[in-house]
Amino acid sequence: MTQATVTKSEAERQIADAWTGVKDRLPGAAPLTARREAAFKKFEAAGLPNRRVEEWKYTDLRALMRDAKPLAQPPGEIGRVRARAAGAILSGVDLRRVVVADGVLLKDVSDLGGLEPGLTIGSLADALTQGDAEVMGRLGAQSPAEKDVAFALNTAFMGDGAVIRVAPGVKIARPIHLVFCFTGPVPAAVFTRSLVSVGAGAAVTVVESHEGPDGLDYQVNTALEIVAGDGAEIDHVKIGTEGAAALHVSTLTAALGRNVQFRDLNFTIGGAAVRNQIFARCDGAGSTLSLDGATLLKGRQHADATLVVDHAIGGCKSREIYKGVLEGESRSVFQGKTIVRPDAQKTDGKMASHALLLSETAEADHKPELEIFADDVVCGHGATAGALDEDLRFYLMARGIPKKQAETLLIQSFVGEAIDVVANEGVRDALTAAVMRWLEARE
Amino acid sequence: MPAVQETVEQVRSIDVDQYKYGFETDIETEKAPKGLSEDTVRFISAKKEEPAWMLEWRLEAFRRWLTMDEPTWARVDYPKIDYQNAYYYAAPKAFVAPKSLDEVDPEILKTYEKLGIPLREREILAGVVRPEGSSRVAVDAVFDSVSVATTFKEELKKAGVIFMPISEAIREHPELVQKYLGSVVPVSDNFFATLNSAVFSDGSFVYIPPGVRCPMELSTYFRINERNTGQFERTLIIADKGSYVSYLEGCTAPRRDENQLHAAVVELIAHDDAEIKYSTVQNWYPGDAEGKGGIFNFVTKRGDCRGARSKISWTQVETGSAITWKYPSCILRGDGSRGEFYSIAISNGRQQVDSGTKMIHLGKNTTSRIISKGIAAGRSDNTYRGLVSAHRKATGARNFTNCDSLLIGPHCGAHTVPYIEAKNSSALFEHEATTSKISEDMLFYCRQRGLSQEEAVALVVNGFVKDVLQHLPMEFAVEAQKLISISLEGSVG
Repeated sequence: MTQATVTKSEAERQIADAWTGVKDRLPGAAPLTARREAAFKKFEAAGLPNRRVEEWKYTDLRALMRDAKPLAQPPGEIGRVRARAAGAILSGVDLRRVVVADGVLLKDVSDLGGLEPGLTIGSLADALTQGDAEVMGRLGAQSPAEKDVAFALNTAFMGDGAVIRVAPGVKIARPIHLVFCFTGPVPAAVFTRSLVSVGAGAAVTVVESHEGPDGLDYQVNTALEIVAGDGAEIDHVKIGTEGAAALHVSTLTAALGRNVQFRDLNFTIGGAAVRNQIFARCDGAGSTLSLDGATLLKGRQHADATLVVDHAIGGCKSREIYKGVLEGESRSVFQGKTIVRPDAQKTDGKMASHALLLSETAEADHKPELEIFADDVVCGHGATAGALDEDLRFYLMARGIPKKQAETLLIQSFVGEAIDVVANEGVRDALTAAVMRWLEARE
Repeated sequence: MPAVQETVEQVRSIDVDQYKYGFETDIETEKAPKGLSEDTVRFISAKKEEPAWMLEWRLEAFRRWLTMDEPTWARVDYPKIDYQNAYYYAAPKAFVAPKSLDEVDPEILKTYEKLGIPLREREILAGVVRPEGSSRVAVDAVFDSVSVATTFKEELKKAGVIFMPISEAIREHPELVQKYLGSVVPVSDNFFATLNSAVFSDGSFVYIPPGVRCPMELSTYFRINERNTGQFERTLIIADKGSYVSYLEGCTAPRRDENQLHAAVVELIAHDDAEIKYSTVQNWYPGDAEGKGGIFNFVTKRGDCRGARSKISWTQVETGSAITWKYPSCILRGDGSRGEFYSIAISNGRQQVDSGTKMIHLGKNTTSRIISKGIAAGRSDNTYRGLVSAHRKATGARNFTNCDSLLIGPHCGAHTVPYIEAKNSSALFEHEATTSKISEDMLFYCRQRGLSQEEAVALVVNGFVKDVLQHLPMEFAVEAQKLISISLEGSVG
């Protein structure tokens, strides 16, 4: 039961070596260097998150990471060709593509021309090198994910990513697609950080997709931080289609002002081991959050969704619906925590997580938590785990629908409830099609 | 609206400061030397005239305990316990196992009388002292570290039921004790259970032979009296094939400024087709309104549904203790076995409750049901922490969990931390939890029909806890209802 880790794992040692090697070459000057150093110290003290850390109980990163890969090199010619083709899951949808390959934002491959008035998109590396005051200010401020060690590693090593700013009152109709891809050719580690600032009364849709080759056990630690001004409207979709051997850790933070509408979908079908953590905080009254998730796993995939919804102030509404479909020996983890701070009265929070186990050997773990310090609130959570409903399947089969098709229909509708949160029709259809492809590939 | 005079008085009479079991009995006691060492363990073992194997068992536990750290994961916050600054054994002086009640110190008898615990069979048989309940209850009274009286022993013996202090059972039925002790809660289970294994002094032992339905309710009444003393009791209940037993447990302690430690272990074993119903009304001294004093209650309770179609049901009403750390659990090992957990946890003042259950489904077609109602008032924190898990082979496992919290007042906290782990696709788990304050609509509806504000609140809260109360045996239901009206009335105003 000792808290401190005496012996460091191989991966922990390699991360420490990597830090010594690259810390002087990472972008950003004085105040940031100290912040990176402090973040690394946090990692050094705690080690990689493991099952002794309550928040990581079901996803033992120390055990999952047998080794830490070296930092990725910027993509070469072949990498650029691959980067151009990345994000195909949303082909046919009208989106503004911003491509981040192997941890580097590629301006020439991105679609940065003709930006709508009030919208700016830049690279984090540029902002850090130039000492952009706003970016530096945000990176220096307390993040809702502050305590997390995986996030601290991201802060220490972050190299590049997108910086998106939407001016107050500006509504951007065309969704922005952040295409993250790993191109190889050898396994490596990627640390990206992106920042999205949405001014008061502004609206934007940000879709991020993550992918890479199946055969490489590359490692991704990515973070996206959203700050929303009063009355902003934000749609965020994260599509996880990492390669079959990839390790993917992602952190999404959202700090919401007053009367914000925030809708988020976390769609995961790829990666060997995936951790998606979301830290959302309501700083102003009247906001509504919908955090939904759809996870489809097979083989020995492991996907963890950990949500912390912090009602720091009253009068907000939060809704979470997470759906997991599990085949083979896969395992899904859902940990959701709703915090209602003292005096956050009139909070309305509901959280639901449902797992559908399609095989004997799949495993679903849920931990939906409530932490409530105010009395005039309505909060609840529900969790279920089980196999496909025999009666429903029988009903469909009795009407002449073959077994597999009946199952497909049922699973599709099960997952559909979560995907419906996506407002953009094109993106929603693309995801529904991805679910269909996954279902058709079932044995 | 202003409270009516009657309510104000009722509230006053039941506020945490008005803990009515807070009196102290002045009695000479013999104690073990202060502190905890191998010598303390040997002292207790010698006092109990235990066989060598028992001492060895205790010493092994003690050595193990020295290597363990106190757990910190629960949502409770208390000053560090100095384990060397307490007595681990306290017995009324010149205590020899009494042959009849006449030999028991009259002061002790008076204490139990004050607590309303009937120890005199005559009176019970005559129905004098318990007008509200018609059924008879056999009582084992544990005073600090020793069992002072066990009633109805003879009658139970006729049915083949063994009901006696565990210290006696170790001497008289060593084969049963040796077979079952520590088989559900192993010596090294957790910090507090290990401590208990080393220093437990008394508790109840129950064995129900095959096919016997225990002719009466069995009950143990725990009382901590001595200052600076911890109570470590151990309860072991074995229901052999096809038998049935209902067991009740109650507890109180005097009001003191210091904190006292209570670390009990309860082990239940149900064989094929057997059923154990275990009910607790926990009313240890909760400390005063400022959080001074009160019992630290660290309890390990676990039932093992070892046989097919066996059933274990836990019902608890928790109103006392400064700190509650308690997770009565069921290991559903036998095919078709069933576990139930019904709980009402009420916290007021500065109480901290971290309680819940574990339902571990191992066998096929095992079912479990959890109904937990937490009510937080004052400046208290009330946490439900529970685990439901189905292992690979637990085909057809079913669980339904419902944990609701009610908050009364703006300074308390209610928390829910459920763990749901499904490793079998045919397992069906449902979990729901809600937290709310009493809805204005409900109150308005009741008031419209002519109820006063307070009556309306009482009605709503009673409806809220009804699911649990109905599972309490008659004897306790009345007491529990009174306890609930307490916390309720004390908080609404």
